Amino acid sequence: MKPPAFAYYRPETVQEALQLLQKVNDAKILAGGQSLIPMLNMRLARPAAVIDINRLRELTEIQEYPDHLLVGALVRHYQLMESPLVRRFAPVVAEAERHIGHAAIRTRGTIGGSLSHADPAAELPLLATLGDWELHVASATGARVIPAREFFLGYLMTALGADELVTHIRVPKATGVSRFSEFALRAGDFALVSAAVSLNLDAHQKIDHLRLALGGVGETPWREPAIEAHYRGSEASPNLWTVIATEVADLIDPPEDLHASAAYRRQLARALLEKTLAETAADARQTLTKGGPAS
Amino acid sequence: MIPMTLTVNGQSYQLTVEPRWLLADVLREQLHLTGTHLGCEHGVCGACTVLWDGRPVRSCLTLAVTADGANILTIEGLAAEGILHPVQEAFWQEHALQCGFCTPGFILTAVHLLQENPEPTREEIREALAGNLCRCTGYQHIVNAVQRAAAALSDNHGHAPSGQ
Ligand SMILES: Cc1cc2nc3c(=O)[nH]c(=O)nc-3n(C[C@H](O)[C@H](O)[C@H](O)COP(=O)(O)OP(=O)(O)OC[C@H]3O[C@@H](n4cnc5c(N)ncnc54)[C@H](O)[C@@H]3O)c2cc1C
Ligand code: FES
Ligand code: FES
Repeated sequence: MKPPAFAYYRPETVQEALQLLQKVNDAKILAGGQSLIPMLNMRLARPAAVIDINRLRELTEIQEYPDHLLVGALVRHYQLMESPLVRRFAPVVAEAERHIGHAAIRTRGTIGGSLSHADPAAELPLLATLGDWELHVASATGARVIPAREFFLGYLMTALGADELVTHIRVPKATGVSRFSEFALRAGDFALVSAAVSLNLDAHQKIDHLRLALGGVGETPWREPAIEAHYRGSEASPNLWTVIATEVADLIDPPEDLHASAAYRRQLARALLEKTLAETAADARQTLTKGGPAS
Repeated sequence: MIPMTLTVNGQSYQLTVEPRWLLADVLREQLHLTGTHLGCEHGVCGACTVLWDGRPVRSCLTLAVTADGANILTIEGLAAEGILHPVQEAFWQEHALQCGFCTPGFILTAVHLLQENPEPTREEIREALAGNLCRCTGYQHIVNAVQRAAAALSDNHGHAPSGQ
């Protein structure tokens, strides 16, 4: 099938795009098209208008600030994977990008599109939740900043208004060591479950910073700061990773579908979390002994 | 209808397209380059893969208008002056196709892989080709062909004919 007919707009500036978003009824923003165009081709979406933001050069850069990167919404997956700034200050993003679709999807798909699409199994929403990214959002009437944990509301649902555009994403520089892992049926498929951990150990091998996030186990990425706080000060050990992973697996309420039962997803979450915690801890120890900066 | 310029296989075209037309349709219907195949039309099978400024894209997930000014390589442009590209040659030698429907997408994906990673392991080849589906051959011969092409290209001291 082919996309249904739509009115097509191609703004050259963010200002122009925002005015169109305010003025045009039933418009969809087109970024990389790797989620929107399949829906148009299958006629699951029939917007009256498409606003193509691919010419908004203002949104194509990754800029470095003292404590964060500011990533333009149109930065493509492959650029996140290859960017020296991302590799240095948010290496877990480059690590996870390898798992996003295939090279051909990564050529076009964008960070802004991936976050706005809000697939609960997608990698970037998970990392945004883990890393407390902030979405810079603009409309013709103003701008606001939405923390990632308030951005994802449900399955393919976000806090974005119909006239709002994600312009930039604030990615804090990593302060702990972060790792990511996922299980998918085939390379490049959406993950059944994914896990991400960020961790710091003090000189006595005690946890002084811990964050845990899971993807694919609910309508939005899962994170529970109360649990993270509970384990602050605990001594790092393989036994502790088992305890944490088991506690989290008991807490979540994963969905059931054609690809996996809820019980299987729970089991995957437990296994992936334990493995990722162990890997992160090994990296954190290495950082400690090297005395180098956390990366 | 919107005017646009597209360079395909080294030749520049002035086109007028409807915004809803996919790049795949423009290649096939306007330019009669029917080597780009459409299988699933939702990004999953890889048959429609072409190279855009050297990087693979799904031509079924690209509106032609968004490719204004792009430099596209399709399977028709790969053999330089009638001499098969080493990846094409290797697919032939290794019997890596039967019906051939999936082949253009596999070959262009493999050309990009070998540019990025001239000596991939079998595992890396499988991962890079995971977004391309073949319903005939099984993947054994295809992976063999990519390995053979990698060897042939490195014998050429890595100077791959770019096809353009
Ligand atoms: C075969 C295949 C496999 C894939 N596998 C994975 C995978 O494993 N993991 C994964 O995470 N993704 C995967 N994807 C999806 C891919 O990552 C998409 O790139 C991404 O989900 C959407 O980004 P996009 O730029 O293509 O957005 P588009 O498709 O252009 O847009 C998606 C949605 O976001 C909205 N939007 C886009 N940009 C903005 C913006 N700046 N502000 C506000 N709204 C906006 C659009 O209106 C639309 O509703 C896969 C896709 C395919 C086809
Ligand atoms: S036709 Fe484009 S990926 Fe299948
Ligand atoms: S050779 Fe027939 S689909 Fe691959």
